[in-house]
Amino acid sequence: MSKSYTPGLKVLKHINIIKERLLPLKGKVHVEVENEVKSNTIVASTEIPGNVQMLNLVNKLNIDPKQIFQFMKVNLNDHVEQNQVIAESKGFFGLFKTEIKSPITGTIINISDVTGQIVISEKPLPVEVDAYIPGKVSKVYEGEGIIVKSEGTFIQGIIGIGGEKKGIIKMLVSKPDQLVDLSKINESCKDTVIVCGKHITFDIYEKAKKVGVKGIICGGIDYDVISKILGYSMGVAITGTEKTTTLIVTEGFGSINMASKTFNLLKSNRDKQASINGATQIRAGVLRPEIFIKSTDTKISREFNEDDLIISEGSVVRVIREPHFGRIGKISKLPFELQKMKSETKVRVAEVEFDDKSKDIIPRANLEVILSNE
Amino acid sequence: MINKEHIKVILATDCGSTTTKAIMIELVDNEYRLTYRGEAPTTVEAPFEDVTRGVLNAIIELEELSNRKILNHEKMIYPSSKDQGIDVYISTSSAGGGLQMMVSGVVKSMTGESAQRAALGAGAIVMDILASNDKRMYHEKVKRIRELRPDMVLLSGGVDGGTVTHVVELAEIIKTANPKPRLGMDFKLPIIYAGNNKAQPTIKETLKDSVDLIVAPNIRPTLEKENLKPSRDKIHDLFMEHVMAQAPGYNKLMDWTDHPIMPTPGAVGEIIKKISEVEQISVVGVDIGGATTDVFSVFDGEFNRTVSANLGMSYSICNVLAESGVDNVARWVPFNIDSYELTNSIANKMIRPTTIPQSLNDLKIEQALAREALRLSFIQHKEFAVSLKGIQQERTISDTFDQKISGETIVDMKNLDLIVGSGGVLSHAPRRSQAMRMLIDSFLPEGITQIAVDSIFMMPQLGVLSTFHEKAALEVFNKDCLIRLGTCVSPIKNKYKSKLLFKYKVKIDGEILSGEISSGEMKLIPAGLGKHYCKIEVFDNIDIGKGQGVNFEGDIDGGEVGIIFDGRGREINFKNNREKRMNQIIDWSVNTNEYKEDI
Repeated sequence: MSKSYTPGLKVLKHINIIKERLLPLKGKVHVEVENEVKSNTIVASTEIPGNVQMLNLVNKLNIDPKQIFQFMKVNLNDHVEQNQVIAESKGFFGLFKTEIKSPITGTIINISDVTGQIVISEKPLPVEVDAYIPGKVSKVYEGEGIIVKSEGTFIQGIIGIGGEKKGIIKMLVSKPDQLVDLSKINESCKDTVIVCGKHITFDIYEKAKKVGVKGIICGGIDYDVISKILGYSMGVAITGTEKTTTLIVTEGFGSINMASKTFNLLKSNRDKQASINGATQIRAGVLRPEIFIKSTDTKISREFNEDDLIISEGSVVRVIREPHFGRIGKISKLPFELQKMKSETKVRVAEVEFDDKSKDIIPRANLEVILSNE
Repeated sequence: MINKEHIKVILATDCGSTTTKAIMIELVDNEYRLTYRGEAPTTVEAPFEDVTRGVLNAIIELEELSNRKILNHEKMIYPSSKDQGIDVYISTSSAGGGLQMMVSGVVKSMTGESAQRAALGAGAIVMDILASNDKRMYHEKVKRIRELRPDMVLLSGGVDGGTVTHVVELAEIIKTANPKPRLGMDFKLPIIYAGNNKAQPTIKETLKDSVDLIVAPNIRPTLEKENLKPSRDKIHDLFMEHVMAQAPGYNKLMDWTDHPIMPTPGAVGEIIKKISEVEQISVVGVDIGGATTDVFSVFDGEFNRTVSANLGMSYSICNVLAESGVDNVARWVPFNIDSYELTNSIANKMIRPTTIPQSLNDLKIEQALAREALRLSFIQHKEFAVSLKGIQQERTISDTFDQKISGETIVDMKNLDLIVGSGGVLSHAPRRSQAMRMLIDSFLPEGITQIAVDSIFMMPQLGVLSTFHEKAALEVFNKDCLIRLGTCVSPIKNKYKSKLLFKYKVKIDGEILSGEISSGEMKLIPAGLGKHYCKIEVFDNIDIGKGQGVNFEGDIDGGEVGIIFDGRGREINFKNNREKRMNQIIDWSVNTNEYKEDI
């Protein structure tokens, strides 16, 4: 019996999960191995260089750059206050001096006798990294960050926008094929993560943002709507830095029902605290948007590995391209030979039997395993 | 290392960002030929984080296909014998995001562009050009450098002996930004200084403590001269020493290869240059990938390369849509589809990049997008591939009529001999006629131009091979890599008064095929591989590349598709009415045997 690897999004409960929490530059780690952390515990921090201001001193004093040090009142690496005199011309017999004052409070980081410029840096900006998920510190990278280990429900979406958020899961629909009513989005949704079923419109997103929703989870969205939310046409799927309500789309672009397994798993976690992240990067180092809910149950299901991405006869798969996009079926045959599609493309295929017993030949590349341990 | 004359089996890999491709080249009947090809997923990411795993997997597939034992306990067997071992192993790589650089120059359109050309020619992706005159404030430039975190910076500026202030100011900006490399938190960022030689001591003094400074000869020693090679060589060295050495598993891979690993686009550039040099022709090459489209050109021996970083067929397919606009994509789609359905369908390819078109309509949408991606990339290339700017040119009487000015594009479609296409959407198009149509529709060749495609995307490996074994590289390139599709014949202007453009006679296997081409018409003559006698008689002042009103008589190359006579003009006029436009493109499609059905 032949086998084939397919991509797969994770929809898992009772799973071990680890998260690397790293600083952008070297700094300080504030926790130790085995420490229990909450999702908002600051685990590491650093400082990034502050904004800089440049002063062209030679122009202001009308001198040659080589003479610059004769006119400086401060030295390299000195701290200066705003409006402090940092350079001064000699004037006539001590009179008519030109004083150059610092435009900001900061540190002198460069004095150039070639360009005649001095550079002042504002104080460094603090950067903090939190644990993002509640759990236990399992590893510390000295000066760089940590790994947090936890267990619970883990769901991957297909595309998202917005960064890391935390909020309580709130179901706004009762079925995965339902559309959410605009009136259901109100003050009670503030600081929650709302589950919206099939498809959302621009109005739904805007209202959710207005009432202070932390995150939205839905099956599908139109490309034009996501572009309208972003304020520009989404060109590449590299997201996560948008300062807006986080959105996680589980299936794709268009009006698509949320997969039942995903919906039911979210439903079983209603009213629980979730850590979500809309960040998506569909290139080397693929990053999909995610939802994590810590489990109170200590039971852990089996781990998944690469072998779980193998499809063989009997595997349950989802079709991820037209025709049949979104339909779930079972592999009934995996022929070895290449087959010609209607497009005349010759590809490896699978015969898939759908719930209504109809069968069709689908390119293997257009099938996806849903990793689920329900 | 084995003597070149004794090389019988060559193993070459290309570690792409998603797939590692391995090919085997063997000496068969005194001729080098591609014999087998294998591939496996690239393994630079977790959980493997070792590029050599993917390389080994691709080689194992080659072993299975070829029945040749190449590995013994994960080590290559040298030298080759009847059924085991190899003589040379080479590789290219674009995994881990390729080589990402920032370049700088004093004047953006002069030293800035020269620096960009040097970096692109070495196979880099240029993230930004920093220039004294780019209108950004000092602090904005500092912020930009900090944000980008390039793999290296090429700092240039000024002609030799000129003023030093501006280039030193650029160095001070870099020093202030104190940039950290993308890979390896503890390493100093490599910076190549290739500017005014008089500024070298000050630059060294300015940057010595904060970066890893490498000094190279000026890329623009005088306004009239560009000297890019020394900087390109330094970029290659640093790519090996810094970028590759930081990427997971590359130290091991560097030990395995018998020649230095090259960045993939740099290697493709080498093979394009080689074709131009050996055949003495002008060439435009294009590699359309999932994320980027690279365009290469050689005109009068001058090589240029551009990377359209966000024009590609999967990861950045929506950027093609955003940049060209829905209407420009939809104009190539020969069936009714509403705008929402079209954009959602394209966006779904972006988020599931490995899927393939199952239905014919899906294929047509992808090929419509490809035309736009290729068209936009080529516009960018033409804008970049220009003669040196800011030069007072000496003119002769004939130049006066030529009207050439400094900074003008050197891409001369009228004198272009060959277009070579590569990348999945072209190499794997179900019909070769589709690849030929995509290249003609987007590049709009003028006059008489040959069209070819790379059969299975092996130009990178052949590029490295050409650096030390030109014979092997060219033999494989001509016999196994390059699929000659045929020739496009098109008048060079857009509009002519005459409805009838030209009459043709083509001799194929002793039989003469003749006919006429009208304005707006496209016709395919199924002329197979080889040269075919052809006579073209133009009407009025029509120019098919030989001069206004000048006829053509001579041989034209056929190919797997044939000769396409294209009378649509060099700015294709689509009908405004939707139904009429669809019929128009269906006509072109049927006349060029593009799709299987008679729509």
